Formats: sequence, C-alpha cells, structure tokens
Amino acid sequence: MSTIDKTVNQAAGGVANFADDTVGASKVVNGFARKIFPDHWSFMLGEITLYSFVILLLTGTFLTFFFEPSAAETTYQGNYIPLVGQHVSEAYDSALRLSFDIRGGLLMRQVHHWAALVFVAATVVHMARVFFTGAFRKPREINWVIGVALAMLAVFEGFTGYSLPDDLLSGTGIRIAQAIILAVPVVGSYISFFLFGGEFPGVDFIPRFYTIHILLLPAIMLALIAVHLMLVVVHKHTQYPGPGRTEDNVVGFPLFPVYMAKAGGFFFIVFGVIALLASLVQINAIWAYGAYDPSPVTAGSQPDWYMGWLDGAVRLMPGWFEFTLWGFTFSMNIFIPTTVVIIFALGSAMLYPWIEQAATGDRREHHLLDRPRNQPTRTGLGVMALTFYIILWISGGNDIVAHMMSLSINDITRSLRVLVFLLPALAFVITKRICLGLQRKDREKALHGRETGRIVRLPHGEFIEVHAPLSDLERWTLVQHDTLRPMEIEDRVDAGRPDTIYGKVQRRLSKFYFEDRVEPVTPAELEASHHDHHGELEQAHADEIDRASNPAIGTSQTTHG
Amino acid sequence: MSDIERADEAHGQPGTTLAKPEGGVPDRFENPGLPPHKHRMGDTDPKAAKRAEHQVVFFLLLSMLGSIGIIVSIIAIKYDGSFDQVSLSTKAIGLSMFLSLFALGIGAVHWAKTLMPDDERIDMRHRQRGTTAEREEAVNILKEGAAEAGLGRRPLIRNTLIGALALFPIPAVFFFRDTGPLPGNDLSTTMWKADTYLVKDPEGGRIRAADVTLGSVMHVLPEGIEELEHPLNEKAKSAVLIMRLDASLLTEKQNNWGVDGTVAYSKICTHMGCPVALYEQQTHHLLCPCHQSTFDLTQDCKVIFGPAKRPLPQLPIAVDDDGYLVATDGFSEAVGPSFWERG
Repeated sequence: MSTIDKTVNQAAGGVANFADDTVGASKVVNGFARKIFPDHWSFMLGEITLYSFVILLLTGTFLTFFFEPSAAETTYQGNYIPLVGQHVSEAYDSALRLSFDIRGGLLMRQVHHWAALVFVAATVVHMARVFFTGAFRKPREINWVIGVALAMLAVFEGFTGYSLPDDLLSGTGIRIAQAIILAVPVVGSYISFFLFGGEFPGVDFIPRFYTIHILLLPAIMLALIAVHLMLVVVHKHTQYPGPGRTEDNVVGFPLFPVYMAKAGGFFFIVFGVIALLASLVQINAIWAYGAYDPSPVTAGSQPDWYMGWLDGAVRLMPGWFEFTLWGFTFSMNIFIPTTVVIIFALGSAMLYPWIEQAATGDRREHHLLDRPRNQPTRTGLGVMALTFYIILWISGGNDIVAHMMSLSINDITRSLRVLVFLLPALAFVITKRICLGLQRKDREKALHGRETGRIVRLPHGEFIEVHAPLSDLERWTLVQHDTLRPMEIEDRVDAGRPDTIYGKVQRRLSKFYFEDRVEPVTPAELEASHHDHHGELEQAHADEIDRASNPAIGTSQTTHG
Repeated sequence: MSDIERADEAHGQPGTTLAKPEGGVPDRFENPGLPPHKHRMGDTDPKAAKRAEHQVVFFLLLSMLGSIGIIVSIIAIKYDGSFDQVSLSTKAIGLSMFLSLFALGIGAVHWAKTLMPDDERIDMRHRQRGTTAEREEAVNILKEGAAEAGLGRRPLIRNTLIGALALFPIPAVFFFRDTGPLPGNDLSTTMWKADTYLVKDPEGGRIRAADVTLGSVMHVLPEGIEELEHPLNEKAKSAVLIMRLDASLLTEKQNNWGVDGTVAYSKICTHMGCPVALYEQQTHHLLCPCHQSTFDLTQDCKVIFGPAKRPLPQLPIAVDDDGYLVATDGFSEAVGPSFWERG
C-alpha cells in the first residue's frame, strides 16, 4: 500500500470515528447503506422530479442575488440597447440586467426556467406511473396525497415564478389570475384587494409573489418532499411482479454502492440535459415582450405549459354561464373552469385511493405493482383523466391550432366543447377494452405458449403454427396477479354491510370495476389444456378451445369476446 | 371480526401463500423464485472489465474537461450585452456545463452498471400494521395516558381545550387586514368623466375628430393619466379604443354617444380583463387575444363568440369647439372582468 493510500485510509477512519462518536453514524450506515432498491426505468421518473427541484433551488438562489423584487419605476440603462431609456419596474430592469450584464446570468435564468418546466412535467409523469401501477394502494395512500399536494404546489410555484420578471406576458398572466380571484363568489373582490394591496396591478404584488415564490412555497414543498421520501424508506419501494418477487420481499440492488452511483450519476445526467436545453433553446425572452403595461397585449399569448389546461377550460366555457341574481354577479363562466375544476381535479385525485378501496373492499398491503392491463377499469379511468387534461390543454392553444391549420377558431372551439366530454368517455371504453384484450393475450400465451413462427402442414391439409410452451419463469409474470370478482359474486372481509348506504355504493362500484374481467390462468386450466393436446403439434389447436365455456372469464367474454 | 384480529390474518397475497387443496392441483401457480443470474461480459472476461474501466475513466476525464471549459468561458468571453456575445457566452458556458455534468453522470452510471455487482439481493418487508399485541399495548398506553390526564373525568377542561384550540388560529386571518384597502367602488369607477379629453396611447396628444379616418382604429387613454400616482392601475381600467365606421352601420344609441361614426369603447375585456386589441376592420369585430371573446361593433359590442358574457361598455364622446374628441360622461357601468358586487 502506498503512503497516499495509507494517509487517505487514516483520514477516512478518523472522520468515520468522529461521526460515530458524535452522531452514531455506524447505526445509520448499518441501517441504510445496504438497503435494497428495485430496478426499473419507470422508478427514475420520480428521481427526475427530485433532481430538477434541487436544480431549481441551486439556480434560484443564484438568481436572487441579482433580482430586485420591486415595482418601483426606474429607467433602464443596461446593456440591451433597444430598451435603454425606457421607464420600467425595477423587477424588469434587474431581470434584464441579469440576462445581459451578468456573466452566466442568462444561462442561469434559462436553466431555472427549463428546470421548472421539467419539474412539473416529471411530476405529472411520475404521478401517472404511480397511478397506473397501483402504487398508491395501501400502505401508500398518504404518500399519494402528499404527491398530489406537491403537484399542485409545483404549479403555483411555477406561476408565481414566471410572474416575477414583470414583462408583458407575465403581467397578462397575472391579470387573468386576478380575474379568477375576482370571480370567486362573495369574497373575490376582497381577496384581490388584499393580495394586490389595492387595485390591479399596484406595486405590492411583486415583492409578495417573491416571498411566496422563494420562501413560503419552497419551504412547504421541501418539507413535503422530505416526508415523501421518508415514507418511501419506511414502506420500502414497490416492485414490479416477476419470478422471486413477492409481497414480503424487495429484490434489487443495495443503496451503497450501486444506487449511490446510479442515482447520484443520474442527478448529473438530469442537470446536464437541462443545461444543454438552457444553452441551446431560448426560453422566456422577456426583452422581446417588453415591460408590463395593461393596455397592449400580443396575439397568441400563452402561459407556461402546466397552466395551459386551465386556460383551455376558460376558453371553452360559453359566456352564458355568467348571471346576476339578487343584485350579485355570479361569474360561473370563470369560476367553474378555474377554481371548481382545480378543486375537483385535486379532490378526486386525492380521494382516489379510497374510492378504489371501496370498490375492491381490499385493505391489504400491496407492494407488488399492477401491470396496468390487469386493472382495466383503473387504467381506463386514468387514460380518461389524461384525455380530458389533454383536450383542455389543446383548447388552451386553440388560437395557435387555428392559425397553424388555417381553420376557423370558432369551429375549433365549438368542436372542442363537445370533444372535451366525448373523447374522455371514448378513451375510457377503448382503454378498458385494450386492457382486457391484452389480458386475453396473456392467457393465450400462458396456456398455449408463444408463437414460434414455424408453420406446419397437417396430413389433412390444415396449416398450423407451432407454439412453444413457456418456462415457469416466463409464465409467472402472466399468471401471478389477482383478479377480483364483483361483490355480488364473491363477498369480501373488508366490505361494508350490504344493507348500509356505504355497502350499497361499494357494491355498485365493485360491479363497475370488476364486472368485465379476465382472470389469470390457473394450474388446473393449464393442465386441462395440456390434456387436450398430445405433443407439440396439437398445441397449435389452442385457438379452437371453447373459451366461452371457461368460467374464469367474465361477462365481457360473451358480450364482447 | 374485529379490526385487530384482521391484522394477523393470512391474506393469501399472490406469491406469498399457496393454497393447495389436498391431493389435487394447486389453486394458483407457485412463485418459481428468482431466475438464475446471468453474468455480464465484465464479470467473466477480465478484458471486458478493463474496457469498461477505461470507458468510465474516459467519461470522468471528459467531465473534467467540461468543468475547465466553464471557467475558461466565463473568464475569456466578453459579455457586453450584445446579442452575439451573450449568445456565444451562454452557449459556451452551457455546453461546457453539459459536458461537465452529463459526462460525470454517465461515468458514474456506467461504472455502476458494468463493474459493480449486479446480482439481485433481497430485503424482507415488514407489515406497517403492528401485531395484535403491539396494537393492544398502544391502545392501553393511550387509555392510561388519557386516564392520567383525566380527560374523561373533567369534560369541562376537555371541551374548553377544544374550543381554545379551535379559536386560536382564527385571529391570524385578521393580521392580513392591512395587506390592502377594502375594494370600495374602485372596481366600478374610472377616471373618465365629462370633459376628459381623449389622448393617444402611448404617444399622448389630443385627437382631432377629423384625423380619425373611416375604417381606422386608435388606442386611447384619458388625458392626465400619466400624472397619476399609479398610472398602470388606471390604465388597467381606462384604456379605450376608438373606431370609425359608416354611421349607418351603427345603432341609434351608438351614434348618439359617438361622433360621425367614431365610437369609443372600453378596451378592457369584460371576461378576464385582457386588452381587446384586435380589430377586424372588414367584419367590425373586436377580438380578445387571451380567450377569443369576440364582440360585434355594429351591435353595440355584443358578445358574439367566446367566454365573455357582457358587451364592452361604450364611452360617450363628443367634439369640442377646437375639433378635439372629449368624453361627455364617464362609463355608465363598471368596465373589465365581473366581480361579485357588480350586480
């Protein structure tokens, strides 16, 4: 051993010794260092969210050193010639200086903005992963609720952030936010006056939004993220089903060294990619928009992407939803597509774990994830919600769509008003059918093996394709899951009594969720299918099995099969 | 079955338990256990392992290069605010940063994937729910503590405690009282009144009625707005558009409130307050770019499409003795987005 190695070892030993003496580091290492985490690409989505949040904290701190959160008027004297001499707010002035006078300032602004977009996007995709794989089931309901709260906070954090530079686009966004507040029945005008310190826009909202953006929301989010991650440790990570994976174990690689290197490395990859975006793709060119002024506006004004769906909802709402009654104005044309939609979306998302629990009557812990196809109704509902979201999002750009495709904006808006209800319903039905179809394919494969591509002609002239049987390992993933039957057929321990209202609702839900179902192959079925055939060739007769007579396949088989 | 008993019940989770009826075929398949480990090239071939090691080192060296690149770009590239220099600097620092971070990340992940052990290991899980004994013990502790506190015996303390705890956060709301003035009638009034002159937005200057040609549109503010303490607050309410069209296309009320086919309308959308800035001269439609509410000028700015409900309010104008446009009165109703007290 060289002397350098010896010195390093001694130093490391000294540090470790000190850490153990003072904070009991050995216990922490023993408890955590070899914790096992399962491996799957979809588990990286949450990591992207976490890392972009860290990037936001780092770059945001840099920005605060130069940004002046004030609406006080000043004359721009910076490096960007076209605006020199203009009367602008100090916020806009400092945001311009940050971009044109501070080395790396524009880059930091762009990294911050791109990271914000990636943060919200990764949050949504991570949520979708958790939803479609059923990772919100017991015991992770609370962590799901925390996640939904974080998603909402992320949107507000993003909005308060891009409102700060006080440029024309952000000011227009705040104007719309103020109208949303004004539309709140009874207290709207008061909330608006208290938030803006009087009339819109006033001079108070910039410093107030600044405090909310850099202190209040990040602090709450940081605390929630800490709890979110602690719960991941407490529950241990979920894993996808497969050979050797059970509800009682977690199969994967240790935190130290494998995940330290992988996850740590992935942080740098995420940071690197966002830096690449920020250096090559311009974002929020505030100098081109000009300072905020309530009187001009640019055509094609668009919010950041995560606000687009609400803007779309507002665009679709016909004006006749507003009415006056008893001398008061009910701005339902604004209140419903904004405040009500937000509360409805968040509320139903937060409650979903319990809605599904009512339908399943299942209060067991679940650590093995669902393959989305094995939960056709849930997957259908998820795709339905996403479709609704995407239609609203497209509506938020109806003017852009009209312009790009040279169509009438009125026709597009009218069509979207219908499609926003029609397509989600359609998406639900189609997704559910696709899931059931995939499950049937899984059954076929588990029963008769996979196609080999070998075509054989039988003596009587028939052509068949030879199927190769699956190994136990290959088959397991296809047959490991539970399929619940509706409570009418099979009552459950945790279900409410059928004569109570809750019990009745539960039975309705149960029917809705599980009436159409495809149950996994059982050993008995596999054996029966083997008895039907002798030798490899006959296995090809698989398709001829009378599936309708199979009791394990639900009503869908007869009605839609 | 009580809640506590259910905790210990075997649930028959897939893959954990195996229901095997006596003698016959099992109800469900049995978990076949972990598949045999497949070795990577590097596990068996020292040459491949060496190659992987070199690749990791290459990426880490690349990262060092990027880090140095950042320092060089910051120091060496002149940052004088010209578009070219700002763009060059941003790209140079950004791409170096990409190299520094991305290569470091790829190096670490590659190291983990090729050289660190990849045999899967197993941790056992434990149910979140306590055992029956643990749950009973917890219940007993809580009962004991509650008994010691005497909450059951002294309901008066319990009830007043609940009351005090419920009341104490409410005053916090009142601390926000002075974050702003009460709305009063600020939302319903603008600075337009009789004899307020119309001036051009943004350049200023009164408008001669004769200068408003047929088919034209002008952005207008009330005279004296720049002298206010907060001109933006007033602009958000008082911005006006004047348009001139053939007087025969207009209604009687519009003509009464206008001058020779020149009419003035609030520019603040009655939907969400964006400026209704797009005027289609041929169709006489005004379009709000934010949510596409469309107002028909020939029908007293009635909403003909989109999410707005109310027409844009008209500002009554006339010509003074010198030929300049001047308001004869303020708006007869509140401009801009709806609010509760608007009525």
